[in-house]
Amino acid sequence: MRRRDFLKLTGLAPLVLAVPEVYGQAGGVHWERVLVLVELRGGNDGLNTVVPYRDEPYYRLRPQLAVPRQSVLQLSEQLGFNPALEPLMPLWQARELAVVLGVGYANPNRSHFRSIEIWDTASQSDEVLQEGWIARLFAKQKPPTTFAADGIALGLDPRPLSGAHMRTITMRQPQQFLDRASRVQPTVVSTTNPALAHILAVQNELSHAATLLQDKLAGGPDQDFAFPATPIGRQLQVVATLLTSRAPVAVLKVSHGSFDTHSNQRNTHDRLLHELAEALVAFRQAMRTANLWKQVVLMTYAEFGRRAAEKR
Amino acid sequence: MWWCMVIGLLLWIAPVALGLELDEAHHLLARTSFGGPPAEIAALRPLSYEAAVDRLLNGVRQQPRTASPTWVDEPPPTPLERQAMSDEARKAFREQVRAHAFALKGWWYQEMLNTDTPLTERMTLFWHNHFTSSLQKVKWPPFLYRQNLLLRQYAVGNFRALLHAVAKDPAMLLYLDSQTNRQGAPNENFARELLELFTLGEGHYSEQDIKEAARAFTGWEVERRTGRFRFNTREHDDGPKTFLRRHGPFDGDAILDILLDQPRLAAHITEKLWRTFISDTPDATEVQRLAALFRQHDYALKPLLKALYMSSYFRTASNRGTMIKSPVELIVGTLRLLHVPVSDPEPLVRAGRYLGQDLFDPPNVKGWPGGKAWITSSTLLARQQFLHRVLRGQDMASSTDGQMAPGLPAAQFAHMLLSIAPVHPLPKDVEGRILLEHLMLDPVYQLQ
Repeated sequence: MRRRDFLKLTGLAPLVLAVPEVYGQAGGVHWERVLVLVELRGGNDGLNTVVPYRDEPYYRLRPQLAVPRQSVLQLSEQLGFNPALEPLMPLWQARELAVVLGVGYANPNRSHFRSIEIWDTASQSDEVLQEGWIARLFAKQKPPTTFAADGIALGLDPRPLSGAHMRTITMRQPQQFLDRASRVQPTVVSTTNPALAHILAVQNELSHAATLLQDKLAGGPDQDFAFPATPIGRQLQVVATLLTSRAPVAVLKVSHGSFDTHSNQRNTHDRLLHELAEALVAFRQAMRTANLWKQVVLMTYAEFGRRAAEKR
Repeated sequence: MWWCMVIGLLLWIAPVALGLELDEAHHLLARTSFGGPPAEIAALRPLSYEAAVDRLLNGVRQQPRTASPTWVDEPPPTPLERQAMSDEARKAFREQVRAHAFALKGWWYQEMLNTDTPLTERMTLFWHNHFTSSLQKVKWPPFLYRQNLLLRQYAVGNFRALLHAVAKDPAMLLYLDSQTNRQGAPNENFARELLELFTLGEGHYSEQDIKEAARAFTGWEVERRTGRFRFNTREHDDGPKTFLRRHGPFDGDAILDILLDQPRLAAHITEKLWRTFISDTPDATEVQRLAALFRQHDYALKPLLKALYMSSYFRTASNRGTMIKSPVELIVGTLRLLHVPVSDPEPLVRAGRYLGQDLFDPPNVKGWPGGKAWITSSTLLARQQFLHRVLRGQDMASSTDGQMAPGLPAAQFAHMLLSIAPVHPLPKDVEGRILLEHLMLDPVYQLQ
């Protein structure tokens, strides 16, 4: 499977970070490459992220909220970044950053809860699926069994990575995960009880993941990357630590937000975008230093992008 | 406690002729209650199996014994009231709703911990997972509280009455958008789930049936001022409809009665109960027999449940320990087993969320998928973490040292706690907390 197929399937990315040849490449499965998903929780305001600064209706509908034309960071004749994303401009100029516009699904659902479920499962808007889109993809094309895990989610919510046959682990900190997993004894017992067999299989998966990660982290390089001390900065630092230790994994997921702001929208949104930009720049630097940047695609997504008209 | 244990021990050594074997009593309570603290197991042991089942089903509580939160009768603010709020007032209002949502979850945990008829809770959980509604969507905790009262009132009552009542329940009306289901512009959400999930199951109706049913339910709404159900005849489409090959100017209640005439409905509910109480693989012939019984009793649930629990598929020894405990069953069962007094249910609400079952917030209209899906690498670690914390008395009001089974031989103790033999053999000469820890951290403790 090609990286491009991945992105086509998701089709939901306002921002994709990577060097161009990564998804220009054809050929077989490249499991040495890694996808990092960044969920912008709560619905990122797309129009104030990538601003249509030539668009008259945009300014008419957002008398208070619009990003002033003169402060936009120009990307094209029509579009520009919110100035809070200024740290990302070098990536844009180096053609390591793509903005994918106009991606959505029919009959958008305005419930945060339901809409993110539609994205996470890549379902139709009137269809409820239980498995994440990555899990369904991997059901057809399994990552190597030598991987520590198919997916790692930082924080609570592995949703796009969750499915019956996907080996996903969630953690806040690798060390905490290793401590907890060390209590789980791998067990070889044959049983005809499917429920028990399932639990034992998951236990063995955990031990497998913990053993491999333990080795990789112990043998990894010293980590002295500078990451901003924000929640998204800390999460991407953990991702960088795992990747530079060569932890074998196919997908990682982090999240940033909440973008579900009801008051003081401009300031809060700008702060969140700036935190995101700074964390992404630090992540890119860490990956370049470790000579891994060409193997990584990072993609942001959100459940929806907010209406054009500001609330009165 | 002490004397119960002693009696339990005596009965174990010399079973009474007609009495229940320890393993069978354990199995019955594991599936229909929150497992059996030794005293509850001991109380069933002198009974015949049928008498034990009757005892569980009779005298089932219909009202909660835990005091209701103080805010449960408040109607939600009207759109005008909302608009009039200042930014700060709106923020404070949202905070309050969030706090009430949390308190509501805690309230249910308290009830499950304190109830004298755990079957009420198991069945209320069943209906919560069948007639799903969520705080995420409904956004008004008092509505979910009232839905919970409704579900427990009919928990082992009559399905016909329950179905009619749920269709008019404010939380349900909001959850599945009946509020916006209007003459000329029907919203099909409720009609679709009514057919697909609540009554017939996929493959037993057409898209056209959904459209016609949606028309029949137009005008069923929540009155904003009172927060109660209202039939708004001005929004109701009273034209003729064709539903499941019948013709008439049906309203919502008529649609429900037509559904209750379909033999498929009884089979659908029976299968779902089977998956909850017996196994993942309902036996088609036995389901037919049970569903016919359900219809004979005009959808009374007690005779159906009794027949399910009496069924050889339920009772057979090979069926023991073959189902995975849900997070709530694990949490509540463990705390009841250890007699842990819980003054603040907040850590339980959080634990439930980490373990994958956030009460009043099912993941979607299909509810929690359950079964093997309960156990993933992350939820398994969270389960172990929860058990470690309980065993160490963290988060909870008291330690559990030595409360369990003074002097009980380890092998009997294992039969009290586990449905089947532990994966890890019991170490020699252990007792008290070490033994307890060994049994509770065995993979088999996750099963029922």
